[in-house]
Amino acid sequence: MREITYKQAIQEALREEMRRDERVFLLGEDIGVYGGAFGVTLGFLEEFGKARVRDTPISELGIVGAAAGAALMGMRPVVEIMFIDFSTLALDQLANQAAKMRFMFGGKARVPMVLRAPQGAGTGAAAQHSQSLEALFVHFPGLKVAMPSTPADAKGLLKAAIRDDNPVVFIEHKLLYNRKGPVPDGEHLVPLGRAEIKRPGRDLTLIAISNMVIKALEAAEILAAEGIEIEIVDPRTLVPLDEATVLDSVRRTGRVLIAHEACRTGGVGAEILARIVEEGFDYLDAPIRRLAGRDFPIPYSKVLERQVIPQVEDIVREARRLLGRAGGGKRNDQ
Amino acid sequence: MSLTIEALLGMYRTMVRIRAFEERVDDLMMKGLIHGTTHLYIGMEAVATGVCSALKPEDYIASNHRGHGHCIAKGADLNRMMAELLGKATGYCKGKGGSMHIADLERGNLGATGIVGSGIPVATGAALAISMRKEAKVVACFFGDGAANNGAFHESLNLAAIWKLPVIYVCENNQYAMSGPAREMFAIPRIAERGSAYGIPGATVDGNDVLAVHAAATESIRRARDGHGPSLLTCETYRWKGHSRSDANRYRSKEEIAAWQARCPIQRLRRYLEELDGLDARAAAAIEGDVRAEVEEAVQFAEKSPVPSLEGAEADLYA
Ligand SMILES: Cc1ncc(C[n+]2csc(CCOP(=O)(O)OP(=O)(O)O)c2C)c(N)n1
Ligand SMILES: [Mg+2]
Repeated sequence: MREITYKQAIQEALREEMRRDERVFLLGEDIGVYGGAFGVTLGFLEEFGKARVRDTPISELGIVGAAAGAALMGMRPVVEIMFIDFSTLALDQLANQAAKMRFMFGGKARVPMVLRAPQGAGTGAAAQHSQSLEALFVHFPGLKVAMPSTPADAKGLLKAAIRDDNPVVFIEHKLLYNRKGPVPDGEHLVPLGRAEIKRPGRDLTLIAISNMVIKALEAAEILAAEGIEIEIVDPRTLVPLDEATVLDSVRRTGRVLIAHEACRTGGVGAEILARIVEEGFDYLDAPIRRLAGRDFPIPYSKVLERQVIPQVEDIVREARRLLGRAGGGKRNDQ
Repeated sequence: MSLTIEALLGMYRTMVRIRAFEERVDDLMMKGLIHGTTHLYIGMEAVATGVCSALKPEDYIASNHRGHGHCIAKGADLNRMMAELLGKATGYCKGKGGSMHIADLERGNLGATGIVGSGIPVATGAALAISMRKEAKVVACFFGDGAANNGAFHESLNLAAIWKLPVIYVCENNQYAMSGPAREMFAIPRIAERGSAYGIPGATVDGNDVLAVHAAATESIRRARDGHGPSLLTCETYRWKGHSRSDANRYRSKEEIAAWQARCPIQRLRRYLEELDGLDARAAAAIEGDVRAEVEEAVQFAEKSPVPSLEGAEADLYA
């Protein structure tokens, strides 16, 4: 299969959907000539013109609300928020309008919009440009939340999100943009709400999201050399969450580790853990463990930034510990 | 002009200091020695210098992502600034903030923010505190043209207007918000016109003329200190460098950049000082030499400083 980057996969999804459906258009800051802060929309202005590639002022609340309004009218806007941190400026329109209009109007409205934004630490962008905020969006019924970890998932999920009749928050990871992976030729859709097992294994279920999947795959190699086979489950969308695939894996392994980059407190790991306990308690041979970002804003210093985010070695250590192996010593997290 | 030669030389030195600091930061960034991104103030030195020279030491400023110039003009220590940029424990924020978040509370710098426009409500609140305590201080709030299109700007100006707060809103119109040209992002010719929408004075000055900035700021500050409330001061200027680390400058021409570089705020003050016989080539070279040495010392201080640790970081999270 051909290999393209995560960024190219997103570009393909956007381009294909814009060619396919006149109603799809882009809104965002610096998405025109500049091509977006991460270069995702480079070349789109030339192909689709100013009317469909709308460079906006720095007005997050305004543009997300305008997307909701246009969607209500039957358009299919895709908003780029430059860093997910800035989505908090638009939260009213997203949470109180886009997410709720359909239900509070008695099931009458449709709000087919997508909010794309990159998140994650690792670039030295500090506290206001490095957060992982998926937990925020998961908490508003009416929103769907996608978090692809591979180019194939990025393409397939974004196309599905654009065709979905609901507001979808599509969360990209900055450190993934230039990673390559196989993506099928031609039409490629990944339905929202279906997890994927990224690596099969019998000893432990590791539920990882976004960039943590990449770290999990690395950790799995190290563990395999010690005879430990971990199964990596990537939910791919947090809403809807594919509980069946998660529980099926837990039933087979009996041990669970959940890894995400977002802060531990109130993170989606807690939600996933709770669902496993509620529905799959009898499958468990050990307490479920979570690996998450420490409860700090992301520090600027490279040294500190690395310390607050789970790393490959943390996954390895936690997995060993869950399996009672040597080298799984106590972790100094909170 | 009532400014003494000495005062003018002070402004000159501040601008040269900002320029020298920023050029060295640019250089460190090119060499990959700075982990995150930075937003350089080169070309805009007259704005921070003109405004801060009109403030008293006990007055306040609120800064933004392009904040090194504000910091230096308010008297910051270059060693601690450079250490922050290199992520060291001796930096202004102990390496936790970086370029976009330098705060120097002792000198009245209420801190920089990376969320465009988000310093404007904070500056407004600081002015509210001053007003409630009936102090004679003022807050100068720096932000870009781009920030003036965010809701925070509009809500804050109205609040300050109805409460008559001692704040001056200094809009640094460097013609672009990243790639967004001010000429396309506003449907009005002058941002300062927005003052009238909130019932406050709005003035536009040549932001590359430090004397014009100083004069206009002095007027706004007097108004604020006398209890007549806020004003909006737009300084027309230009950013010479790319927006941040990664900027291919696709949205503007080399000719346009060159035309603005020909209007260098530092050269302009230098020519004026020369006409007044306040500065000659030797004295200018001495100032240049001083500040370059100071910047080098800052780099050495930063390089020698220890990296931070997370030990005790909880105390930096909750008071
Ligand atoms: C709320 C928010 N939206 C977008 C950004 C990304 N961004 C950082 S600086 C900038 C341009 C700011 O322009 P302006 O206010 O004119 O200041 P300048 O950089 O020109 O000094 C943008 C879009 C941000 N940091 N915060
Ligand atoms: Mg600007």
